[in-house]
Amino acid sequence: MEYSEKVMDHFKNPRNVGEIDDADGVGEVGNLKCGDIMKIYLKIDNDIITDVKFKTFGCGAAVATSSMATELVKGKSINDALKLTNSAVMEALEGLPPVKVHCSVLAEEALKSAIADYYKRKGMDPTPIIGCTGECKHCGKE
Amino acid sequence: MERFVYADNAATTPVSESVLNAMLPYLREQYGNASSLYSIGRDSRRAITEAREKVAALLGAQPAEIIFTGSGTEADNMSLRGALHYKKARGKHLIISSIEHHAILHTAKALELEGYEVTVLPVDNYGIIPVDRLKAAIRPDTALVSVMTANNEIGTVEPIAEIGAAVKAAGALFHTDAVQAAGHIPINVNEMKIDLLSLSGHKMNAPKGVGALYIRKGVMIQPIIEGGGQERNMRSGTENVAGIVALGQAAEDCRNHMEENIKRLTALRERLIAGVLKIPYSRLTGHPTSRLPGTASFVIEAVEGESLVLMLDTHGICASTGSACSTGSLDPSHVLTGIGLSHDIAHGSLRLTLGVQNTDEDVDYILEVLPQVVTRLRDMSPVWNQKKCCPEGLK
Repeated sequence: MEYSEKVMDHFKNPRNVGEIDDADGVGEVGNLKCGDIMKIYLKIDNDIITDVKFKTFGCGAAVATSSMATELVKGKSINDALKLTNSAVMEALEGLPPVKVHCSVLAEEALKSAIADYYKRKGMDPTPIIGCTGECKHCGKE
Repeated sequence: MERFVYADNAATTPVSESVLNAMLPYLREQYGNASSLYSIGRDSRRAITEAREKVAALLGAQPAEIIFTGSGTEADNMSLRGALHYKKARGKHLIISSIEHHAILHTAKALELEGYEVTVLPVDNYGIIPVDRLKAAIRPDTALVSVMTANNEIGTVEPIAEIGAAVKAAGALFHTDAVQAAGHIPINVNEMKIDLLSLSGHKMNAPKGVGALYIRKGVMIQPIIEGGGQERNMRSGTENVAGIVALGQAAEDCRNHMEENIKRLTALRERLIAGVLKIPYSRLTGHPTSRLPGTASFVIEAVEGESLVLMLDTHGICASTGSACSTGSLDPSHVLTGIGLSHDIAHGSLRLTLGVQNTDEDVDYILEVLPQVVTRLRDMSPVWNQKKCCPEGLK
């Protein structure tokens, strides 16, 4: 199993690590049994993601995908952020080993879960907009 | 200060200077085939004979009881298949422990598909095989019992003499995978009533690609590789003369320096363990005293093993882990679950294994870097905040 240089760069120097105290949306996916937990914090102003932070427990790929996903959506509109797929995260990282693909799925789900939380806080039902919010059990998939 | 510290000697070891010097002539001027009649062929034959004597001496065996193989894995395969075939009149039952290396586990699984019956004995929380349970598991049709001398992930040393006596009393054959133990702790095949023993060169400062199998005189096992009849028909294929000479030299070096190596490595390991355990929410895995001199293994909660190993690597430290993320599946290693660790705890496994080349300064460096790396990863972890507020641990 080999990580690309991009993955190693994002693992060694992860972007946007941390928490946002007054976040407008927070999403957490994964579980300890699986070995990956990702938590994403969003600051949203006028439908634009003005700030994003993450905290991740997991392998090198889990950290790198979180870092890349946050970088890809920072400054983007919610609509654009919702279009972010796990393949886009993987591509931006110059690929992931096959056994680590689920980490990129987790990153996509964490982001969607945070956006869903943002809508919920506004009193809106996120399901029609987002669909699966990453709260589905991840472990049983593979 | 940055340094390079190789602390993964259970994975493999560097070739020592004396081993390299011993083997080099057999790659250059003394390249003869040991089966050839002329002088450089006879030189190779003689070198193999001497190496066989040295490996035998390490185990308290007779030279004629040693067969050279291509790896420890090959010796394991040969032992299980060969012994079961040899003992087929007695029965088709095999007993192994739950924490064996994959060379044993997967061979046993393959044999099961071929019609053999396999009992996998659980171990206690330290990784020790309860000998009473083993005794109770031996049946009149048990042909072979295979229990590793020492475990590769947690370093626990099994009560081999007791197990050997129990197996012999019951009339079955006893094989031990001594790949991690040979050369590092005293082994005597007669005192320990061992019938078959596997070892590997690259775990004792010889190169990769050479191993040996001890087969007690009188035990007739089937070869798994047929051909030109080398190694007394037990293992065909032109002898890896340089590798065999290297293994012989490594065995001699280990035997000559065993006492001092054990003393020095045990002291280094104990200092390493004491230092690592200062990290909050960390614990030792494996037996506290019945363990290999150089093996320190831990679980560190709220960090994931693969991340830990990659981060240590960025500081020049080579270590390993049995976490699920490193195994390429969603399950942590069978050894960690075998000693009763839950999945969420086993994610934070870390193995540091010291070898003869490691120094006090290496241990100092690990103890300086590891806590920083753990802190960095924990600060990045959403689990850690919860940890700090809930000392009983996460559910």
